Amino acid sequence: MIEIRFHGRGGQGAVVASRILATSIFLDGKYSQSFPAFGVERRGAPVTAFLRVDDKPIRIRTEIYEPDHLVVLDPLLVEQVPLANGLKKDGIVIINSNKKPPEFSGPFKGFRVATVPAGKIAVKYHLGSPQSPIVNTAILGAVAKVLGVVTLESLIEGIKTDVPAYTENNAAAAQEAYGTVSDVVQL
Amino acid sequence: MRKVLTGNVAVAYGAMLADVQVVPAYPITPQTTIIEELATMQAEGLVDLDYIRVESEHSAMAACIGASMGGARAFTATCGQGLFLMHEMLHYATGARTPVVLANVNRAAAAPWTIWSDQTDSVSQRETGWIQLYCEGNQEVLDTTIMAFKIAETLRLPAMIVLDAFFLSHTSEPIDIPDRETVRDFLPPFDPGDLWLDPNNPRTFGGITMSDAYMEFRWQIQRDMEKAKGVITEVHEEFAKVFGRKYHQVEAYRAEDADVVMVVSGTVASTGRDAIDLLREKGHQVGMIKLKTLRPFPREEIIAVLKGKKKVAIIDRNFSPGATGIWAQEIRSALYELPEGDRPLIYGYIAGLGGRDISVKIIEGIYQKTVKDDRPDDVDMWIGVNYV
Repeated sequence: MIEIRFHGRGGQGAVVASRILATSIFLDGKYSQSFPAFGVERRGAPVTAFLRVDDKPIRIRTEIYEPDHLVVLDPLLVEQVPLANGLKKDGIVIINSNKKPPEFSGPFKGFRVATVPAGKIAVKYHLGSPQSPIVNTAILGAVAKVLGVVTLESLIEGIKTDVPAYTENNAAAAQEAYGTVSDVVQL
Repeated sequence: MRKVLTGNVAVAYGAMLADVQVVPAYPITPQTTIIEELATMQAEGLVDLDYIRVESEHSAMAACIGASMGGARAFTATCGQGLFLMHEMLHYATGARTPVVLANVNRAAAAPWTIWSDQTDSVSQRETGWIQLYCEGNQEVLDTTIMAFKIAETLRLPAMIVLDAFFLSHTSEPIDIPDRETVRDFLPPFDPGDLWLDPNNPRTFGGITMSDAYMEFRWQIQRDMEKAKGVITEVHEEFAKVFGRKYHQVEAYRAEDADVVMVVSGTVASTGRDAIDLLREKGHQVGMIKLKTLRPFPREEIIAVLKGKKKVAIIDRNFSPGATGIWAQEIRSALYELPEGDRPLIYGYIAGLGGRDISVKIIEGIYQKTVKDDRPDDVDMWIGVNYV
């Protein structure tokens, strides 16, 4: 089983991202489970969501305390929340950021990091507003490339299944992030 | 068809496949997406139902009762504070013998304000005469919604599907969606027989009843609740025959040769299977029973599984202040029928209130404590509480 924890803010789409990924993984023929650690629904408040992938049915129904990987939708959370808590030793962290991975060697020393300019990509495809872009589908493109838990084809299919608005733009954002995510750097 | 659905959407699919006819709806987190999904299904023409926007949960249940007395299949959903507000009408639905089906998403009681899961809302309705069916996964949620209509209408008693907030309501996972025509064969339209409000044959039901007759009405409810145990088993068996998935009022998991048996309900049963497997791998003689029904309480089946066991550890995600957890109360009372030598020691644990997680580690810890202590420290033991 692979366990992934998503960190974002209300309005960025972290919860929907985990759900789209669950659908996409299912379309790949595997078992998936996603669920949000709901706070009170507020735009801008820190949000956590969870995703599990396995070849057999998933029975465990608890939060994820020791994730294999992290997906960070808002780079500013890195300064405010101890995101690396519980992250497994060889864990990969994917961060929505225009910066290069070594710039995160403070909070993620000893882990592997990849960055993707998901905000920029989302703005380019008119997802959300320039002030608060909806970055979830873009960052999932990076997840497909870096973590290998889902194929790009199934991800695009999953977006078409679960995203009713701007479906083509969301699919294009995922595709572009798949192509532009940085290499994974050991910090 | 297989799809990735949340527990709430699974409920809506169940109600849609059951061709529900009347849905009085009032929103409350974390239930809201059930009634939203049903509204969408109606708008898209997937189901032909009357959707009534009511002004409270009390009215939602009142409208369900009225619709059911008019001969319609009625359904609504709520949770926590909403279920508490419905309480008066829950009693009424039973007394009026209306087979209303309600989905309750387990939400803890305020104050302090909370939206997260525990069973206090549903166990507080124990005495209302509703059949209560607890679920551990989204497949069971969908299947139980369909079965609930059949059970309720067979007995003319209302039935409640119970699912954990967030751990099911907002969790997405792949499930099978049964074929609609197969469901229609399994669950024919509601037939109220002679007992309905027919405009062409005006009658009244439930008028003032003096003490010379009231007790008989109550006794009939009890008679049919006892009958419900057999009906639920029959419906489970028929469902398994048609759809290939078998459910039980009491499901024993690796319990046969176990010295210690853990008793759980809801999603803890699902996580519990992983915990039991892990403990078994380490060589521990431990098993589990999952309880699906709180009412009717499956006394006989529980006695059969727990008779002669050394220790029983019950995890209650609910609490009755001044007494103990509700499942523990029920099991203690049931096992008292056994001769003293066959009666296990009962360890009652309170855990997971207000959405606090019940992890594999916590279940393992509860098992270890039960093994270590020759006798329980107290009538109930609170897990992970920071005593301040």
